Amino acid sequence: MYTQSFSVPDNAGQKNVAAVPSTENPELMAAFDARIDADGRIEPQDWMPEAYRKTLVRQISQHAHSEIVGMLPEGNWISRAPSLKRKAILIAKVQDEGGHGLYLYSAAETLGTSRDQMLEGLHSGKAKYSSIFNYPTLNWADVGVIGWLVDGAAIMNQIPLCRCSYGPYSRAMVRVCKEESFHQRQGYEALLVMMQGTEAQRAMVQDAVNRLWWKCLAMFGPPDADSPNSAQGMRWGIKRISNDELRQKFVDATVPQAKVLGVTLPDPDLKWNEERQHYDYGQIDWQEFWNTVEGNGPCNKERLATRVKAHNDGQWVRDAALAYTRKQQQRAQKEAA
Amino acid sequence: MSAPAEYILHLADNAVVLGQRNAEWCGHGPILEEDIAMGNVSLDYIGQARLLYQLAATRLGGDATEDKLAYFRDETQFRNYTLLELPHNGPLVGYAVSDRDYATTVVRNFLYGALMVLVWDALEKSPDADLAAIAAKSLKEARYHLHHAADWLVRFGDGTEESHRRAQAAVDHLFPYTEEFWTPSVAEDAAVAAGAGVDVRSLRAAWDAIVNETLSEATLVRPQVRGYVPEGKHGRHSEHLGYLLGEMQGLARAHPGATW
Repeated sequence: MYTQSFSVPDNAGQKNVAAVPSTENPELMAAFDARIDADGRIEPQDWMPEAYRKTLVRQISQHAHSEIVGMLPEGNWISRAPSLKRKAILIAKVQDEGGHGLYLYSAAETLGTSRDQMLEGLHSGKAKYSSIFNYPTLNWADVGVIGWLVDGAAIMNQIPLCRCSYGPYSRAMVRVCKEESFHQRQGYEALLVMMQGTEAQRAMVQDAVNRLWWKCLAMFGPPDADSPNSAQGMRWGIKRISNDELRQKFVDATVPQAKVLGVTLPDPDLKWNEERQHYDYGQIDWQEFWNTVEGNGPCNKERLATRVKAHNDGQWVRDAALAYTRKQQQRAQKEAA
Repeated sequence: MSAPAEYILHLADNAVVLGQRNAEWCGHGPILEEDIAMGNVSLDYIGQARLLYQLAATRLGGDATEDKLAYFRDETQFRNYTLLELPHNGPLVGYAVSDRDYATTVVRNFLYGALMVLVWDALEKSPDADLAAIAAKSLKEARYHLHHAADWLVRFGDGTEESHRRAQAAVDHLFPYTEEFWTPSVAEDAAVAAGAGVDVRSLRAAWDAIVNETLSEATLVRPQVRGYVPEGKHGRHSEHLGYLLGEMQGLARAHPGATW
């Protein structure tokens, strides 16, 4: 699972953010730039400009938060999965998302920000996560469509990040991508079975596609022209391919898959353009996208409040673990004395 | 020498019901690592349930399948221990609403885990080769489940004042339900008579030893138990199983005959 374009600033709408002026040591900066130009990796112990560090923390923590919040819309169907096989697959998948969150928080921690600080950002509403998870999962086919389209969109976004300039992030992404590809195929397979089933099952799949298709296109983030942080991200090797290019790749890959599946993608403007050698598609409702990013989508409040509640309800558990460890240490010290 | 299907269903129902309960924590765990761990425990139980239902379906013959047994049997046909169907909170009626309590989850996983390491260990030696194979796989998982639950139980009991209070309350609430372990059902007797099952009464001393040792390390008190002995494995359940099955079976039953 994944956040929409990493160029959505935390705590800000679509307004431009001024570039951070560089006041860094010019020699260190030159060495850093040379490493980036040579397509080398930056490791945690290496010097890096503050803006690079801040951008990465924002990007990786948004990604981690998306994994964790993304457990909720799919978790919504675990108890009701219609077969034990699908239940097991779904639990394993949601658990994988938790695992991705764990690697990503760990990768971000190497930049000097603690998991507690990142969670504080999420819980206070300051940090963003992927808006796709602010829509409800209303029927069982949503689980399959999330695998096929949402994870499919995520993979488009994430494959280039395996070559990201920051070492710990790029290595985490290699593993995340492998699991996401697996999820995508599982989701598509579940939908194939449903499409070969009853009329009611086919209707569920079409309904889920109708609701999620446009949200998936928006996952790639605002058009390149309106994407303030993209240029800098590209220069730093944090972002490799632009939002619009990735979106086009996703559309081109998905149309034939939809045909095989036998579902209609809900866009009357979707058609092959011989000249461009790409599919043309209709207008994304960016107003609706920004409303949701800014916290006013259908499920934002539920998602966030549920994360906060889990964290607060778990406080006594974490306290107990710490208290017990301290007691054990004290006992060991006493014995040693 | 093969175990009767009714006995395998008892083992399968235990696994599916506790798997369903533990999965409720998915996305709501007290810390990310625990969220993942509890998902794993749940996944093990669903995996065990699948193997056991598949075996039961083979023995029952006809049109029985894994999913028919899990999704299309009614409450009174379920043979799980009552302990496993209780919600993750203290003693409340079926339609009460409460926050989930991790101490209840941990204590239940501990009490049941301590039983199942003994049950699977015995069944691994069963002359029923199919059941013995499932037991061998499940034993490895049960050891991990017991280890995980016992670790947390000790942390809770010997952690903070609040965690101690919650753990003791959960022990007091759940302990009486373990009495059901020791009164054999018709299916258990039949499995023993067939030479393929395990006499639960023979496991009691070993279970007591595991439980007493961990409770003592956790500075928790084992309560005196008397009175009502639950009868879930005879098909007479608490008010809670109906809600659990209603949620679990609803979608599958709305589309009978569909393949997923």
